[in-house]
Amino acid sequence: MSHRIVNALIICEDIWKVYRVGDVEVQALRGLHLTIRQGEFVAIMGSSGSGKSTLMNILGCLDQPTKGQYRLNSIDVGHLQPDRLAEIRNEQIGFVFQSFNLIPRTSALENAQLPLFYRGLPLKEQKSLASAALRRVGLGGREHHSPTQLSGGQQQRVAIARALVTSPSLLLADEPTGNLDTQSSQEIMEILEELNREGITVILVTHEIDIAAYASREIVIKDGQILSDRMTKGRSQVVEA
Amino acid sequence: MPTFVWLTVMTALRVLARNRLRAGLTMLGIVIGVGAVIAMVSIGEGAKQAVQTQIATMGTNVIMIWPAATSVGGVRGAQGGAVTLTVADAADLKKKIPVLSDTAWMKRDILQIVNGHRNGNSPVNGVSPSYLSIRDWTFSKGGSFTQADMDSAALVALLGQSVVDELFDPGEEPLGSVIRIRNVPLRVIGVLSPKGQSTYGQDQDDVVFLPFTTAERKVFGTPFLGSVGGLYAATEQAEDMPEAVEQIREVMRSRHRLQADQPDDFTIRTQVELGKVQEGTSQTLTVMLMAIASVSLLVGGIGIMNILLVSVTERTREIGVRMAVGAKRTHILIQFLIEAMTLSVVGGCIGILFGVLSARLTTVIAGWPTIISGDTVATAFGFSVAVGLFFGLYPANKAARLNPIEALRYE
Repeated sequence: MSHRIVNALIICEDIWKVYRVGDVEVQALRGLHLTIRQGEFVAIMGSSGSGKSTLMNILGCLDQPTKGQYRLNSIDVGHLQPDRLAEIRNEQIGFVFQSFNLIPRTSALENAQLPLFYRGLPLKEQKSLASAALRRVGLGGREHHSPTQLSGGQQQRVAIARALVTSPSLLLADEPTGNLDTQSSQEIMEILEELNREGITVILVTHEIDIAAYASREIVIKDGQILSDRMTKGRSQVVEA
Repeated sequence: MPTFVWLTVMTALRVLARNRLRAGLTMLGIVIGVGAVIAMVSIGEGAKQAVQTQIATMGTNVIMIWPAATSVGGVRGAQGGAVTLTVADAADLKKKIPVLSDTAWMKRDILQIVNGHRNGNSPVNGVSPSYLSIRDWTFSKGGSFTQADMDSAALVALLGQSVVDELFDPGEEPLGSVIRIRNVPLRVIGVLSPKGQSTYGQDQDDVVFLPFTTAERKVFGTPFLGSVGGLYAATEQAEDMPEAVEQIREVMRSRHRLQADQPDDFTIRTQVELGKVQEGTSQTLTVMLMAIASVSLLVGGIGIMNILLVSVTERTREIGVRMAVGAKRTHILIQFLIEAMTLSVVGGCIGILFGVLSARLTTVIAGWPTIISGDTVATAFGFSVAVGLFFGLYPANKAARLNPIEALRYE
């Protein structure tokens, strides 16, 4: 068991997120501290309303904390303009959603191309990178299928291809198996595991224990704070703190 | 950026192709708007040019001088009632005003014209030879009378095409035949090329020209020798017209010995003034037609805005995904603007086709002259682009301002 020194990818310090719903103040996150290193495979668990979605939105640079500091790859993301946040999402983060969120009536290849399209790469490069990403998730030969022609598991694999086409440093998967059967869930988790082995940091939000078991670290959120944070045996061999 | 725009246009086309009926109905508004603008402006321009052509048939840079109305004891008579203009006036004007290239005079009466067993009533004009050149009359057969004919009061006549049509059988040769007016036999030595209707709707070809002297002495008969119905003058350059008019007024006033407080006993009109009234009418017509057509373009634009708002709502989740993977606000804005403009530009192109076609049909069916100028087409096209831009801006901006988290959660 070697202790490899890995750079911190995510540093959250005293993160607060406060919403105002009418006259009522809702504290979704209450002074949360969290450090995630590069190459980790983290499962975030918690009941609905625990604040885990809010945390995911902040980690994914879709939202900004009310108070506190969030540094991603040593960039202080807290006070950036929306366009700069869009750039960071494009360069650093890949999203995988529960409901796949593919663009309808658009081929798998074009869906996987999308982040590169906004990066402004030449079309040829977009296509070759996107089809490489599709091959990597085992969808070679299905580039021109539209989402409706693919099974749920295949659609989620297209979504993963779209997430990793930009070679992000962080992959955020929000209940990626929530809409899938056991067989497909297992396949998707194996792909995520494989990607993590190749060095991508994966953060997984789930409430299923057997899905969380794929991760090597398990964080439980409750009432906007971290209830428990423990290393599990996991299946990943890369990170051992 | 060019890659982005190009791919966005392709995406927009695909989105529109996906909802063909919806896109088609939306474009219909723009098609009708642009089509109407082009058709209406073409008709307006056609009318304007018809007027200009008619004005041109009066001759180039023509100034007309008519006798003024008489006023006896405070009762004003009809214009031209006074007999104050003479051949000598014309000669003097030409001598004293160097900018005038020529002057002419004429006298008119409506008389019966007889050719064998046929007859008709037409205006008979006794004119100086210069009249025909000032008024740009040309000949389809034969030619004009000469100064010698004038001096000798020769018994010759020139006929307008309408008179020929009325008095001669088809195939009968008018040239060289002899017609009679008030029993005076006149040999036809020329037939005039048709000019068509005047700006007042009169048939300008229903006319007979005689040498002034012939008309005065042998046909009309006159109590005052040398009195004329009207004087005509022409300048070489159109810019000289206002100055010429002023000088004519001065010369005429001094010739007629008018005191400073007396009104002119003549009226000066130029072709430009006559044309202005008519042109003003057709201008009003064009502006009015264009205003009506613009309303349909506006309605078309609102249609685009409406359908785009529906599209933004329908595709909220897609917008959220695009934002999540790195689309900036401008990307989303441009995407929807391009969709709006694709609708309006495609609609505009079809509209141009439709407008040109309906203008042509108007000419064929109703016989109205229409002119489709490149300017009109370019303006209409520009308008359709502008409509897309203007009415696309609000929905596009709405899309660009969506919060990515809410957009992703949208059901």
